Amino acid sequence: MSAFWAVVQRDLVLAMRRKTEVITAVFFFVVVAALFPLGIGPEINTLRLVAPGILWVGALLASMLSLGRLFAADFADGTLEQMALSPNSLSVLVAAKILAHWLLSGLPLVLLAPVLGLQFDLTEEALWTLTIGLLLGTPILSLIGAVGAALTLGVRGGDVLLSLLILPLYVPALIFGAGAVQAQMSGLGAAAHLSILAAMALVAAVFSPWVSAASLRIALES
Amino acid sequence: MNKIFFHYAAPQNFYGLAGRLWPWVAALASALAVWGLWLGFFVAPTDFQQGQGYRIIFVHVPVSWMSMIIYLAMAFWAFLGLTFNTRLSGMMCRALAPTGAICAFLSLWTGALWGKPMWGTWWVWDARLTSELILFFLYLGYIALTNAIDDTRRADKAGGILALVGALNVPVIYFSVKWWNTLHQGASVSLTQGSKMAEIMLQAMLIMAVAFWLYAIAIALYRVRSMILMRERHAQWVADLPEIKAQVKRTSP
Amino acid sequence: MIWNSAADFWAMGGYGFYVWGSFGVTALLMALEVGWVRQQRQRALVQVAAESASEQGLSKDWQS
Repeated sequence: MSAFWAVVQRDLVLAMRRKTEVITAVFFFVVVAALFPLGIGPEINTLRLVAPGILWVGALLASMLSLGRLFAADFADGTLEQMALSPNSLSVLVAAKILAHWLLSGLPLVLLAPVLGLQFDLTEEALWTLTIGLLLGTPILSLIGAVGAALTLGVRGGDVLLSLLILPLYVPALIFGAGAVQAQMSGLGAAAHLSILAAMALVAAVFSPWVSAASLRIALES
Repeated sequence: MNKIFFHYAAPQNFYGLAGRLWPWVAALASALAVWGLWLGFFVAPTDFQQGQGYRIIFVHVPVSWMSMIIYLAMAFWAFLGLTFNTRLSGMMCRALAPTGAICAFLSLWTGALWGKPMWGTWWVWDARLTSELILFFLYLGYIALTNAIDDTRRADKAGGILALVGALNVPVIYFSVKWWNTLHQGASVSLTQGSKMAEIMLQAMLIMAVAFWLYAIAIALYRVRSMILMRERHAQWVADLPEIKAQVKRTSP
Repeated sequence: MIWNSAADFWAMGGYGFYVWGSFGVTALLMALEVGWVRQQRQRALVQVAAESASEQGLSKDWQS
């Protein structure tokens, strides 16, 4: 267990030395959320309708942007190999890296989303639903994204390829996350959507570290 | 039984088997296609609601089914390859992918051409078409990943994991798209709405489906032979193949 | 026979564009795929033969 937290701490410290990368991804979310209204028009009723989708897609894309550096730096300097050879389970270490990634890339989005939601005139309840949904959903994005990042490790054109690989897999989270806010806004209540999101997050948390570790081993042994 | 399994797991032996099999499979596929098309165009009557346009189902439904069956087959080979670490399983998985992607594309294409006269639009965001679109993306992702990795064994295994993850996610994706669709569209538009299919139409459709299935198998067998040749090219048994010796003779001075 | 004439067959009750657009593109893509795998095999044969010939040439040089 201590190895787990050691890796989390290490990743956080390393990221703090390269703050710009973290901040850029977060700013991307802000910019995207501002771009859509510019493209759609300022009619507030329209914007309120499309807000859940826009904010979720923005979170998706921002999350995806930062996945490239999940394993890349450690792969380049040989740390990843050391992790694979260490007596600790690689799945545990990968889970730690994913947690650190979420803290750096997912959590900021969760905290920013209600602020951006105000630009779209969402009600207080809708903002809560949005935030809770993203709180459940961004871990899913990090977890599924980790599998993609592991599969494309060191591959040329890896970043774009990564997007192509995992965007289809993100669809369920997107549907239920944005759907939760829409359900809340239409008075149906978001409980069902959020429960399903929570279930997906749990399943992803159980399987993703293991699958990512297997994918990493494949990348390392070649 | 095990002996046969392990015998043909070796690329050298499978090469010969595939070479003997594919012509027969292709011939059977062609015969069934002719029969199915005959039934579909010259025996099946006009549909009461959709006129002659409904005949697109004789190609749309088979390719849609095939796009899903081929993905399942890929997941099967991926599972075998990752569990037993056999080279041939990885090759079969990769050999099936292009055909599957083409079937997914054709499903979307013929679906659009069916939708336009029936519903007035080239595209509807109904659950099945949208899921098919995502399946098409999954195929493209698999092909892109396996092509991007130079190391063949790594490409096989990485592709295998992707195929399995994709296959396990397909039901989740379909369910979520279905949920998304029923919430946002009042009356659901179904591709097989209204008229119950006449017996003869169903028969023709099933025959065409089997024909496409056999076509996919024949193409995969043919394709995997080329892959075996390339990967095993330094082996003596490849150099001793009559077709290789003939090619050497043809190109040597 | 359900078709009164060849023209009727091609017209498909007004749906000709859609029906033949579907079957036509399907047949086209299948033909292209068949051509592609055959070309793939041909390229494989050529490359394997070339490498095999050079390997044989090499081993002959070693022997002599």
